[in-house]
Amino acid sequence: MINVKNLTKYYGKRLAVDNITFNIEKGDIVGLLGPNAAGKTTTMRMLTGFLAPTSGDVEIAGNSMLTHSLEARRHIGYLPEIIPLYTDMTVRSYLDFAARLRGYSPPKIKNRISDVIGICHLEEYANVYISKLSKGFKQRVGVAQAIVHEPDVLILDEPTVGIDPIQVATTRQLIKDLGKEHTVILSTHILSEVSTICERVIIINEGKIIAEDRIENLSYLITGARRVRLEVKGPAKQVTEMLRQIKGISRISYSEGFYTIEYPANLDLRSKITEAVVQNGFTLLSLEVITMSLEDIFLKLTKDEETAK
Amino acid sequence: MKNTMTIATKEFKSYVSSPMAYIVIAVFLLGTGYFFATGTATFTQTSLGGFLGNMFYVAIILLLIAVLTMRLLAEERKLGTIELLLTAPVKDSEIILGKFLGSLGIVLVMIILTFYFPVLLYIYGDPDFGPIASSYLGLFLISCAALAIGIFASSLTSNQIIAVVVAGGILLGLWFLGYATSSLPQSLGNVVGYFSLSSYWPSFVEGVIDTRGIVYYLSITVLFLFLAIRSLENSRWS
Repeated sequence: MINVKNLTKYYGKRLAVDNITFNIEKGDIVGLLGPNAAGKTTTMRMLTGFLAPTSGDVEIAGNSMLTHSLEARRHIGYLPEIIPLYTDMTVRSYLDFAARLRGYSPPKIKNRISDVIGICHLEEYANVYISKLSKGFKQRVGVAQAIVHEPDVLILDEPTVGIDPIQVATTRQLIKDLGKEHTVILSTHILSEVSTICERVIIINEGKIIAEDRIENLSYLITGARRVRLEVKGPAKQVTEMLRQIKGISRISYSEGFYTIEYPANLDLRSKITEAVVQNGFTLLSLEVITMSLEDIFLKLTKDEETAK
Repeated sequence: MKNTMTIATKEFKSYVSSPMAYIVIAVFLLGTGYFFATGTATFTQTSLGGFLGNMFYVAIILLLIAVLTMRLLAEERKLGTIELLLTAPVKDSEIILGKFLGSLGIVLVMIILTFYFPVLLYIYGDPDFGPIASSYLGLFLISCAALAIGIFASSLTSNQIIAVVVAGGILLGLWFLGYATSSLPQSLGNVVGYFSLSSYWPSFVEGVIDTRGIVYYLSITVLFLFLAIRSLENSRWS
């Protein structure tokens, strides 16, 4: 649905996006993850045709953004980082304008706007001026304008930034629901957002893709190791010494009563560890398998990138 | 055309719901009334020469139009709504043309509101409607040119103040250029005169429909709308 080929963008001499290539299949929800100034917004802007790439191309539903821009743009619903709201319009008249602008014709518009107002939970605010809305509701209007013309592809730039936690949860649920019918790409610097909403993640840093995979594959691939966290009653020194005796453990660390143990992914040392603890007369209070968080992955990837240099 | 009208309608409504247009129209009507009254009373003219024949007042009208247009694109850039426009399946030319037609709508309202002057002339005197009609034609054409220049200036920046200063500068420059020709050598003066907004103006007020004037004002309109489209396109490549 979205094919990105060798996309590069220079701002003057500064390289913002460096030769990135990826494909997004129909129906996927993909997260574009990276720290601030990684090139996320620039990438989004090139996907939507707002910015022209220095080189490379974007295809939306088979239409090149360079040669068939209007046709490509017809398939897109876009929520920019700065929500594009005309504050002197009411929610309803704004959505009417957005729908018409995207080529939606009058007989269908009225019903569709009512539907979208329902989907985004804006019923009470339909005839309120946008300038009177709180940030969270403005965000919902932003999402509403992105979906009002029933696009195939949704491009959302930092959709949950600057709104309160409860609204973040509803916005995420909304995006998840939208993902059932649309192909979605969203950018974020919040790792938990990607793991709760997205099926796939593309991690970018300094304009380059440093990793791209399904979420569950990614944590496994990158660590190459399993981690467990133990809580053991007994003197720390002796317990650590005892754990060292177990074959296959690659790393042990201790903090505040908990031992974090790493071992290669092809081994499962959990039974060996519990046996050892019990045999040495200590008490096992808890054992928990830790999957690597996206934070860890991201730190590691960025570090790997740096050491490779 | 549908997209152009969508944008034009939105712009027109946006003017109607903001105080700016009302202020501009009020100042315009006040100024027009003053110059019409004094012109008619002092010179017992039965034409619109009282205000449209006054070079400084026409300059003020041009500035009022620059004020009307300053927000058209600069505000879109400032608020980020330009991203909505430029990512919609709408041509850049449709955006600019929509903005032009929307603001032209307000200017037409402004002009129509002065129609009571000819009515007054008709009640209290015996006006010649030829010059009145040609004056209105001239006013319409020069307004189109001023709108196009204003939209172009607004497309250059996200700052409305810069937009209005640039538009005002271009408009006043092109307007007063015509009055500088007398102090230039004649051959040069003639050439400079071709480019001035004011060179073709007197004939419209006096009742002569000058084809060169029509062509000139329309050319300025088309030129600056074209430049505005290019400026919009250019922002994609920044």
